[in-house]
Amino acid sequence: MDAILLQILNGLDKGGAYALIALGLTLVFGTLGVVNFAHGALFMLGAFCAVSFNQLIGLEKVTVDPTQMTPWGTPLEIRVPMIEDWLGATGTFILDYSVPFSILMAIPVMIIVGLIMERGLIQFFYRRTHAEQILVTFGLAIVLQELIKTWFGANPIPQVPPDTVRGAADVGTLIGFEAGQIVYPYWRLIYFLFSALIIGGVFAFLQLTTFGMVVRAGMADRETVGLFGIDIERRFTIVFGLAAVVAGLAGVMYTPILPPDYHMGMDFLVLSFVVVVVGGMGSLPGAVAAGFLLGVLQSFASMTEVKSVLPGIDQIIIYLVAVIILLVRPRGLMGRKGVMES
Amino acid sequence: MTAIKRETARGDLVRFAAFTVVILTMPLWLVPFGAAYPDLMQKFAIYGLFAIGFNILFGLTGYLSFGHAAFLGVGSYTAVWSFKLLGMNPLPAIGLAILLAGAFAWVIGFVSLRRTGIYFSILTLAFAQMSYNLAYSVLTPITNGETGLRVLNSDPRVLDHMIGAGEVEGSLVATLFGVEMNGLPGFYFCAVWLLIGMFVSFKIFRSPFGLMLQAIKSNQNRLNYTGINTRPYALTAFVISGMYAGLAGALLCVTDPLAGAERMQWTASGEVVLMTILGGAGTLLGPMLGAGIIKYSENIFSAFNEQTLHQIFGVLPDGVEGAVVSVAGLFVGEGWHLTLGLLFMLIVIFLPGGLIEGGRRIAGALSRSRKGGGIDHAHPQAAE
Repeated sequence: MDAILLQILNGLDKGGAYALIALGLTLVFGTLGVVNFAHGALFMLGAFCAVSFNQLIGLEKVTVDPTQMTPWGTPLEIRVPMIEDWLGATGTFILDYSVPFSILMAIPVMIIVGLIMERGLIQFFYRRTHAEQILVTFGLAIVLQELIKTWFGANPIPQVPPDTVRGAADVGTLIGFEAGQIVYPYWRLIYFLFSALIIGGVFAFLQLTTFGMVVRAGMADRETVGLFGIDIERRFTIVFGLAAVVAGLAGVMYTPILPPDYHMGMDFLVLSFVVVVVGGMGSLPGAVAAGFLLGVLQSFASMTEVKSVLPGIDQIIIYLVAVIILLVRPRGLMGRKGVMES
Repeated sequence: MTAIKRETARGDLVRFAAFTVVILTMPLWLVPFGAAYPDLMQKFAIYGLFAIGFNILFGLTGYLSFGHAAFLGVGSYTAVWSFKLLGMNPLPAIGLAILLAGAFAWVIGFVSLRRTGIYFSILTLAFAQMSYNLAYSVLTPITNGETGLRVLNSDPRVLDHMIGAGEVEGSLVATLFGVEMNGLPGFYFCAVWLLIGMFVSFKIFRSPFGLMLQAIKSNQNRLNYTGINTRPYALTAFVISGMYAGLAGALLCVTDPLAGAERMQWTASGEVVLMTILGGAGTLLGPMLGAGIIKYSENIFSAFNEQTLHQIFGVLPDGVEGAVVSVAGLFVGEGWHLTLGLLFMLIVIFLPGGLIEGGRRIAGALSRSRKGGGIDHAHPQAAE
């Protein structure tokens, strides 16, 4: 029982990442009708926002202290991060919490990136075939990841979570298990809660605001909304920016779990597309449900007990589930009729 | 009705003859391009075959498969196993690779073709990623995992021992009737297969079967309404293109008897898609052209380094030269993939029909201006 609970927990953080990326993919597809293979690159760009924020605030001021000597006989260099120098204790705090703080940088950056991408490229592909959309965004994804590779190098750059949440929580004790049976890192819990929060936010935005209502109307019947004198394309552009922010934030917060490298976007994209298809192309709840479902399934498949019966199952479980679901339920779990079938 | 006239059997024969001459004289006319060495020309022929096969599926039926690299990988592994068990003769290796890749394609195609559009793309991608992941992990006894599968001196190689060629000094090379399949003979071996593949592709394009495939691309619903079951046709096309990929995979191992799982990764599938659309999907010669251009520029660009760049831009003034070199340095050597990605985007944005259509447009514009705005010949023909 505790093992099962632990595996469910294990799957939730990864599932959260899948769900956030799949949510953005579905939003873009539902509004603009564009299959965006560069969405994983947005996730990666978000992660590298965290990296560059960390590098930025980590810039050090070097002072030479002539009174102290190193063991090699040279004057001791004292390196102090500039931000500590300026802000004192606040600076130390910001340094410690650099990952959450980089969200502040990631949001404007991702909005700008998203808008540039949509206005500069995607808007010309509304009416081209899906194959062409896939191909051009695939090219864009390669370009983005290669740029990141030239700038940050090919090696993963580990990021650390803040000190207070670095350890693991004994989750089991909260729900009546003995201590030490279900131990789970704080940060993964935070990631799960964070993704739940973002998902809730996106849904609330779409359901409760006038803007969201217009967007939903546009998804259902874009022409009629246009006849009401609403510039639906502009709103859809903003939705693209929103999807970019969601993917970016998913990336920022994921950095302490997985050290970001330039191809993480592609790795997640392929899986997220499978998630979208399993959830049902064009269905937002489907994307979220399928994201968590596949994340949890993947963590179950990597249990040693399962692997000893079905070797290699952890490597293929997601694809296998996708194949089975597409054959049994052709439109995915919650897909609507007539989406992407021609 | 110029289109029909252009598709006469005689026209095809002439074109195929010209193609044959061009391929067989590659070692001569590639000299000025600095590409006339066998390793590269083998790649042209092999990836040309891969793209020609892919085009039979994507170009004719419009089904975009993102998992064709899996068949390439299956072909490679089969070929190496044939070397290990039967011997270094490439013919059984190729035969087995085509058969096995075809069978594999039949299974995957049977399942994937139940869906269309992006669902089909994702299904093929899923199968290819499954094969890739399995090749790396559980199937290590068959694929030798990360190290890659190679032929060893201690392998049985039954046929080799029967004809008394069992003991070989040094590294093992595929050998056809005493001729080692590397260098120029290796290229000509690949070229012969390329010509066979091209010929089959010509025949398919002009056959009723090929017309049916094009009908699937232009309107599958209408076909279904007329009572035609399109799936067997699409499946046949899928299997044929899988066999081409298997053949290409086997040839990769004939010229260099080593098979690795990275050949099956989805980036490899993306590459063949790019080759096909660069040349022109649905055209006969486009995929070959695209494969040649990609492999050529990969070879040229990735060989550049800072020093060669400094030599090239050495005539510029110092400050400018430094800037130009550092910008150009992004796109060459390690950064070749950046160039590839940009190329991908530019082609899809500006020339979705590929280079062949671009050429035809230019030719059309020229003949129009000569005739003073006569008939528009530039209508793209799917079958060209």
